[in-house]
Amino acid sequence: MDAVLQGLAERVRAAAQSGQPLRLHGGGTKDFYGNAPAGEPFDTRAYAGIVSHEASELVVTARCGTPLAELEQALVEANQMLPFEPPHFGAGATLGGCVAAGLSGPRRASAGALRDFVLGARLLDGRGRLLSFGGQVMKNVAGYDVSRLVAGSLGTLGVILEVSLKVLPRPATEASLRLEAAEGQALEWMNRWAGRPLPVSATSFSDGVLCVRLSGAPAAVRAARESLGGAELPRAAEYWTALREHSHPAFAGDRPLWRLSVPSTTPPLGLPGTQLIEWGGALRWLASDAEPGVVRDATRRAGGHATLFRARDKSCGAFAPLSAVSARLHRELKAAFDPAGIFNRGRLYPDL
Amino acid sequence: MGDAVPVEQIDAGRRRDVAEALRARLPARAVLYEEEDTRPYECDGLTAYRRVPMVVALPEDDEQVRHVLHTCSSMGVPVVPRGAGTGLSGGALPLADGVLLSMAKFMRVLRIDPQARLAVVQPGVRNAAISDLAAPFGLYYAPDPSSQIACSIGGNVAENSGGVHCLKYGLTVHNVMRVRGYTIAGEPLEFGSEALDAPGYDLLALTVGSEGMLALITEVTVKLLPVPPLARVVMASFDDVEKAGAAVAAVIAEGIVPAGLEMMDRQATGAAEEFVRAGYDVGAAAILLCESDGTPEEVEEEIARIKDVLARAGATHMRVSGDERERLKFWSGRKAAFPAVGRLSPDYYCMDGTIPRRRLGEVLRFIAGMETKYGLRCPNVFHAGDGNLHPLILFDANSADELQRTERFAAEVLEKCIEVGGTITGEHGVGVEKIDQMCVQFRPEELEAFRAVKRAFDPRGLLNPGKAVPTLARCAEFGRMRVHSAAPGFPELPRF
Repeated sequence: MDAVLQGLAERVRAAAQSGQPLRLHGGGTKDFYGNAPAGEPFDTRAYAGIVSHEASELVVTARCGTPLAELEQALVEANQMLPFEPPHFGAGATLGGCVAAGLSGPRRASAGALRDFVLGARLLDGRGRLLSFGGQVMKNVAGYDVSRLVAGSLGTLGVILEVSLKVLPRPATEASLRLEAAEGQALEWMNRWAGRPLPVSATSFSDGVLCVRLSGAPAAVRAARESLGGAELPRAAEYWTALREHSHPAFAGDRPLWRLSVPSTTPPLGLPGTQLIEWGGALRWLASDAEPGVVRDATRRAGGHATLFRARDKSCGAFAPLSAVSARLHRELKAAFDPAGIFNRGRLYPDL
Repeated sequence: MGDAVPVEQIDAGRRRDVAEALRARLPARAVLYEEEDTRPYECDGLTAYRRVPMVVALPEDDEQVRHVLHTCSSMGVPVVPRGAGTGLSGGALPLADGVLLSMAKFMRVLRIDPQARLAVVQPGVRNAAISDLAAPFGLYYAPDPSSQIACSIGGNVAENSGGVHCLKYGLTVHNVMRVRGYTIAGEPLEFGSEALDAPGYDLLALTVGSEGMLALITEVTVKLLPVPPLARVVMASFDDVEKAGAAVAAVIAEGIVPAGLEMMDRQATGAAEEFVRAGYDVGAAAILLCESDGTPEEVEEEIARIKDVLARAGATHMRVSGDERERLKFWSGRKAAFPAVGRLSPDYYCMDGTIPRRRLGEVLRFIAGMETKYGLRCPNVFHAGDGNLHPLILFDANSADELQRTERFAAEVLEKCIEVGGTITGEHGVGVEKIDQMCVQFRPEELEAFRAVKRAFDPRGLLNPGKAVPTLARCAEFGRMRVHSAAPGFPELPRF
C-alpha cells in the first residue's frame, strides 16, 4: 500500500479516536475562504501526482496534492483544459483545495461549474476509511452522487484524495471585445447574448466597460465579433487571468469583498461600494463597508445568496444561512461522513 | 432499513385504513385501491418485475402531496414515487404494503422566462413538452432521452437521464437549476436556485439521480439553451465493429466534441431500417451517426474535420444530411431502435453499462462471445461518445430457461463493464434491476456510506425502500462479497 496514504489514514483514525480537530490544507492559497480554519494542520500535499490522463477519454485523474498549475500544464500539452477555469489564488494551489473550495472562474456561465465536471472522487472519511465514488466515465448513475457532493464542501466531509474530472479541448480561437455601457444596459446585453447561439465564453462589467470573450471555431468567433461590435480588448489573456485571480484592480483595497450569486437578470442591486459583474450577470463582486445584513437581505430578495469572500471580520458568517431543514440535512450528512466532527470544523458553518 | 424481503400479499384491512386516511384530504378519484384500478401501476418500463401496490395516490397539489407524506410517515407506510412510468430499471416498482405516489397530475408549466433562459415546471411535464414550449423563444431543454415524448421531467431528475446529445450538452444534473419538494416527513425542501449556485453542500446534485429515495420533488427549474441555428449529421459505415469503436475514440482525440455520436451494429440497423426506413446501410457491420451543430460556418468546418477523421479510421461509406428532414430521418432509426428491436423478439432486455471509450472494441468482442455462450441474439446500440452501451438481449419471457440465460448474460456483461473501469448503469438507474451488481461495483464501506446518506434524508427508510442500494445481507446472499482486488475502488490497497 502507498505509504503516504497509509500515513494519512492512520492520522485520521487517531484524530477520530481522540477527537482532535484537523485543518485540511494544501498550499494554503484559499485559507482566506470560508470561516476561519481551525485545528491541527493536516497537509495533503505529499499525496500528489497525475494518475491517468487519456486524451481521447476527455478525463484526467489526479491526486489531491497535485499542484493545479502542473495539472493545467499537462492538459495544455494535450491541447485540453479544465473548462471551469478555476482560480488559483496563489502559486501553491492544489487540486484538492480547488475541488474542496468548488470555485469556478470566468468560463463558468458558458461551460459549467467545477461540480459539473467531477466524474469521480476518492475520499478518506472521518473514520479513516477509503471510499470511492463515481468513476472515470461520462455517465454513471450507480449510487448517490457523493463525488459532486464533496465539491465545494470545504473539506468538511472528508479528505478528498483523488478526483477524476472531465476535460475539454481548448477552443481553436479566442477574441475579446470591450464595449462601453451603463450597468443596466450591460446586464441586458449579457442576458440577450446568452439566449443566442453565440460563442461567448466569459463576460465582465465594471466602471462602465463591458468585456466579452468569444471562444470557439474561427468562423463562429469571427461572425460573433462582427455581430457584437465594440473594440478589441487589449492584452485580453492577461485581463481574464487577472479577473480569475482577483488581481484586477476592482479587487484591490481593504474593504470586505462580497460574492453575490444572483439570477443573471437581476437588475442593478444599488448597494454601496465598488462592483464588478461576471458570469453574464449572475455573479456580482462587491467591495463594500455596508452592513452584512443589508447585503444579505438585498441578495436574498433577488433570489440569490451572498458570501463574505474576503474580510478581516467574518463574525456574521462567511456563508448565507440555510433553512432549518437544509441545516439539519447538512448536520446529518456531516455526521454520516465525519461522525467525530474532526474535519475543518466550522469552516463552512459553525455547527458542521 | 425497510429493505427486508418485500411483502407480496396485500393486507386488506391495512389497505382500507390507509386509503381512508388518505381520503381525508384527497378527492376520492385520487385514491385508488380496487385491484382493477391499481393493476395498471404494477410495473414501469421494466415489465419483467411486477407487483400491484396496496394503494395508489394521485395528489393534485402540494397540500395533497404533504398529506400523503404525513399520513404515510405517521402510519409507517412506505411510499414509491412514480413519474410517467417509462423507467427501465424498476425504480417505480410498487410495494404490496406501500402507497404508489403518482405525480401524473403535476402537469403544469409554471413559468417560462426567455430572458433568464429557464423554465419552472411541475414534475409530470413531459421532457419534450418543455422544448416545444421554449421553441418560440429560440430556446430548448437539452437532455433528450429517446423516450422524451413520454418521459416526465420528474423521472428525469430521479434517474439523471441523459440522451443522444449529452456529450456536448450534459445530463439532467447539468441542466437543472433548482428542485422543490418535500422530505418523507412532509417538510418543504428547496435545493439550488435561479442563480448559478447555492450555499452549503450541493444537495441539488445529490438529489438528481437519487431514484426518488431522498426527497419527493414537486417542482423543477430547468436551464434553457439557445437552439443551434444548424445541425447536420454524418452517417458513416464500417465493415468491422471494432473499427467503428476506434473511430469514436479518434473523433474525440481530434479535439472534436460532437453534438451527438451514436453507434449501431448490423442487427440493430437491420431492425431499425425495416421499421422506419431511415436509409441505413444494412450491409455495414456498424454505422456511426456523428452530429455537428452551431452556426452554418462552424458546422461546415466541423463536418469536414469529422469526415476526415472517419475516413482515416476506415469508414467504407459516408453520407451527410442535406437538410433538416434528412437529418431527422437519419436519427429516426436510432430513436426507434428499441421498438424496432422489439419487433424481432417477444421480449428484450436492455443493458445500460458505461465503459471508457478506448475499451469499446474489447467489450463488443466480449458481448459477441456471450451471444454464442448463451445462444441468444444481442443487437447493440450505443451512446458511443459517452461510452454508454445499450446491448439488447432478445429472449422469450415465456421460456423460463431463456429468461435465466438472459439474466446470466446481462450479469456477465455488467461485471465486464466494471472490470474495464466502467459502471453498471449510465443513465437508466439501478432500481431493482441492477441492485445485485451494486455489490460488485461498490465495497461494503461505500454501500454503508450510501445508506448513511439515505438515513440523513429518510431515517426510517420509508421513501422508495429496497431500490438502488443493497443491504450487506443482500450482497452476502448474492455471494459477491469478495475481497475488492477485483473491484474498482483502491485496487492497490489491502482491506483495513
